[in-house]
Amino acid sequence: MSEIIQKVKNLSIGFRSKKGEEILILRNISTSIKKGETVGIVGESGSGKSTLALAMMGYVKQGLYTTEGECLFYHSNLLKMSNRDLEKIRGRKIAMIPQNAGQSLTPNLKIGYQIDEALKLHTNLSKIDRDNRISELLNKVRLPSPETIALRYPHELSGGQQQRVAVAMALAGNPELLLLDEPTTGLDVTTQAHVLELLNFIAKDTGTSMVYVSHDLGAIAQVSDRIIVMYSGEIVLEGPSRSILKKPIHPYTYGLLKSIPKLSLAGLPESMPGSQPQPGTVLKGCSFFDRCNLRENKCKNNSPQLEYINDLETSVRCFNYKSLKDKNHISSPISKNETSIKENEILNLTDLSISYAKQKLIDQILNKTVDTNPTVKDINININKGETIALVGESGSGKSTILKSIAGLLKTKDGKIRFEKDRDLSSDLKKRNPSDLRAIQLIFQNPDESLNPNHNVEEILSQPLKLYFGLSGEKLKKNIIELLEKVRLGEFYMSRYPRQLSGGEKQRVAVARAFAAKPDIILCDEVTSALDVSVQAAVLNLLQKLKDDFGTTYIFVSHDLAVVRAISDRVAVLYQGRLCEIGPSKNVYQFPSHPYTEVLLGAVLEPDPDIKPKLVAEDIVEEKPPEQGCSFQGRCSRILGDKCKKETPPWQITKSGNAIKCHININDLEKLQS
Amino acid sequence: MDIDKISEEDQKNIISKVFEVLKTMASKPSGFIGLCILVFHILLASLSPYLAPYDYKAIDPSLMLQAPSSEYWFGTDSLGRDVFTRTIMGGRTALTITFFGSLIALLWGGLLGIFCGLVGGKIDDVVMRVVDAFLSIPWILAMLLIVSLLGTSTEVLIPALGFFYGKGIVRVARAATHDVIAKDFIVSARARGHSNMSIIWNEIIPNVRDAILVEGAMRWSWMLLGFSSLSFLGFGVSPPTPDWGLMISNARGLMSFAYWAVIAPVVGLSSLIIGINLTADAFAKALGIDRSTKAPV
Ligand SMILES: Nc1ncnc2c1ncn2[C@@H]1O[C@H](COP(=O)(O)OP(=O)(O)OP(=O)(O)O)[C@@H](O)[C@H]1O
Ligand code: SF4
Ligand code: SF4
Ligand SMILES: [Mg+2]
Repeated sequence: MSEIIQKVKNLSIGFRSKKGEEILILRNISTSIKKGETVGIVGESGSGKSTLALAMMGYVKQGLYTTEGECLFYHSNLLKMSNRDLEKIRGRKIAMIPQNAGQSLTPNLKIGYQIDEALKLHTNLSKIDRDNRISELLNKVRLPSPETIALRYPHELSGGQQQRVAVAMALAGNPELLLLDEPTTGLDVTTQAHVLELLNFIAKDTGTSMVYVSHDLGAIAQVSDRIIVMYSGEIVLEGPSRSILKKPIHPYTYGLLKSIPKLSLAGLPESMPGSQPQPGTVLKGCSFFDRCNLRENKCKNNSPQLEYINDLETSVRCFNYKSLKDKNHISSPISKNETSIKENEILNLTDLSISYAKQKLIDQILNKTVDTNPTVKDINININKGETIALVGESGSGKSTILKSIAGLLKTKDGKIRFEKDRDLSSDLKKRNPSDLRAIQLIFQNPDESLNPNHNVEEILSQPLKLYFGLSGEKLKKNIIELLEKVRLGEFYMSRYPRQLSGGEKQRVAVARAFAAKPDIILCDEVTSALDVSVQAAVLNLLQKLKDDFGTTYIFVSHDLAVVRAISDRVAVLYQGRLCEIGPSKNVYQFPSHPYTEVLLGAVLEPDPDIKPKLVAEDIVEEKPPEQGCSFQGRCSRILGDKCKKETPPWQITKSGNAIKCHININDLEKLQS
Repeated sequence: MDIDKISEEDQKNIISKVFEVLKTMASKPSGFIGLCILVFHILLASLSPYLAPYDYKAIDPSLMLQAPSSEYWFGTDSLGRDVFTRTIMGGRTALTITFFGSLIALLWGGLLGIFCGLVGGKIDDVVMRVVDAFLSIPWILAMLLIVSLLGTSTEVLIPALGFFYGKGIVRVARAATHDVIAKDFIVSARARGHSNMSIIWNEIIPNVRDAILVEGAMRWSWMLLGFSSLSFLGFGVSPPTPDWGLMISNARGLMSFAYWAVIAPVVGLSSLIIGINLTADAFAKALGIDRSTKAPV
């Protein structure tokens, strides 16, 4: 057995509340990390996972303090060490890669210079050795042509490349332990898959131990040897990844895994009701009691201890783990009412093009549009009443741009948006009549940004009610209460401000605000990507329920193919603002697919260590769509040469009924992909 | 976190909200001291005419430059006027003029800043350039010019000071508006079809208000210093009105043998500036605004 390098012993960390009470956010944590091992720490936001990771490098955030226990790196307790001694360890022996590493790079210094600084700080190499080491590091993180990259500034790199630079800087001091806090959150699916693969490679190649913190079990599954599941400041489950993911014997982990949408399963995942207890809540029994469906009276007043199960090599904190031990965890999700959508057009996009290019004054006067290569081009989609259509693609693929122009926030350049067969919405907001404005509502990605922090829930919901229906007084109040009930929030939420709501509750308020207008179409822009998985499942279920009740049409933008699979009837795949493929969602996930869809599907991370992502294409970021030929030519691994570069590919219809825009013959494509 | 308790607090009306902010401000020693000094000065300024033991303008050559005594607590000045009387009344004019000056600064600075933040683009650029250009003239020279052309009446001083001290507020208001305008709740309101006025009033102002108020409070203390310098130079308050700046200037030359005539107004002026400064800082903290990052001046 290899040596233990980091040992956490009975660690509790807390803060003092305004009233002077001690509130613990980590409770009695004990664990250890072996040389060369990668440990994943997973839990929803607020479970204390980042606090634990930071403690492992001897860092306790301001306002918090250690109430008990120690963090031993080899044999010295980091939490008692002087700053001087810690400086010798941090960066050299233990390095950290924070979330949004791109932003932690200094914007006005060249990449090479920044790595050089790290090397100066953490090693005693000479100038020449350092220069060699810089290229070596950049090579190791697989950045193309290290010499030129070293001369660039951070903003000249893509998100994935910035993340790689951050990894290179962390490796500068040859650390024995690398802590990563949500290192791929916010990256594109394809980029994420590449970065994870790189981390795996580095762990093997250098024998560095890693602690990988994330809320995303899919990502954790790909890198970790061992997984720690945290809930409300405690470890509730710990063991080898395979047994945690395949046989989750704690009800929380079990529920968590079930609430993740999976590509292999159609329909919505089951949601876990409730939320984590707030720190400081007095708990006599099990912290998961409120949300547990295996709970018994015993659990209410006795808190379970972490118990080691020999045959699974797993520790679990639950009285009833045995009943999960023999269960097969993959159950079928709630099946979607397969209502066949009738052809009944509600919205039609014809040859839609949208450009961000500023028109010159002279062209404006002559009413000429000069941009021959607009951000979004030639979008033709016919949307039926009551249907959920998803737009998928990586960041920059123009998904939000299309939504914005449907909402009237952006002018279209060419083409038409037709609503209910006879109304032309191609003009922007100012020219729309009130009933058209009311008919189309938007829900945004981040409820923190989409709700005015200075308005309480009542004010937020009364805005559309006043504006569209002129309600006031008792009637207004009654409507607000009804709306809140629809999104399963009680009347008492009316006086709350956004900061007093959890992420899921905020998103429910945003959903209620959209439904207040009694809209025909709701545009959802990444509405679940800022939420924890268990909350995501609940919001998805809510959206589905409301749709069944009101017959609303959804246009659902997401980068997460599994979520799209769960909620949508039809999927349109976009690359660089051009359509690649469109068809019923159950077919898009079967071959043949457009080569870009194939790339996206390959990059999906399943919470299963045995399903590895297939990295088909490089994760390069293209600045602009090509002027001619196929939009995907720059990254396509199946490219046919000149034909793809010069001629616009034709639409082809597959047997199952989806349309693919590619030069490769459908049958050949199917053979290639099988 | 006891959520229900918080929401109760939030339901209170504006008056109790103001009270709440004051309470938070007073909970830290520096904020408490600042508030005390400020309240003391405001009380003193409003009550001093009734408290003053002597007539502030009564000149008596026979009492020239008397040292502090039980009769004349702070002694007398070169014209034989009672320094105590003049000191407790010396903040009145400065406080009033700068208070209204700050209001004007807040108003034009805030509105112009919000406007620039809203429209952005070329207009924003041009307006900001003009504002910068205007205000790159040393303010004291400009003030001297204005005062010598238009006189030193209150009607001239208040708008002139308000104009020169509004620049920082323009910047803060503009930056805050820029931040808010990019948020999705604004996009959401626009997509619903709310009018521009309604968006400014309901969505933007509540979110930039705090930052602007804090900046205004800060500017107040600077304006006070500026105004006193004007008086010191003889371009602020005209004699015989008691004013700290003027008193310091008059008594400065005699400092070596009549220190009392200088010390009292200096203490008055500096304590008021410190008081406003501490209060503004505590105000910013109570509203959760980090001035070190928010004020790009
Ligand atoms: N205001 C703007 N001005 C100029 N270009 C813009 C603007 N907004 C977006 N773009 C560009 O338009 C393209 C499409 O952007 P869009 O926001 O629609 O992408 P998206 O698919 O929604 O991506 P994400 O998943 O990151 O939200 C991108 O190349 C982006 O850089
Ligand atoms: S101890 Fe009881 S309440 Fe807690 S997770 Fe186990 S069964 Fe559920
Ligand atoms: S048309 Fe050519 S470049 Fe485009 S996806 Fe098909 S094979 Fe790839
Ligand atoms: Mg987007």
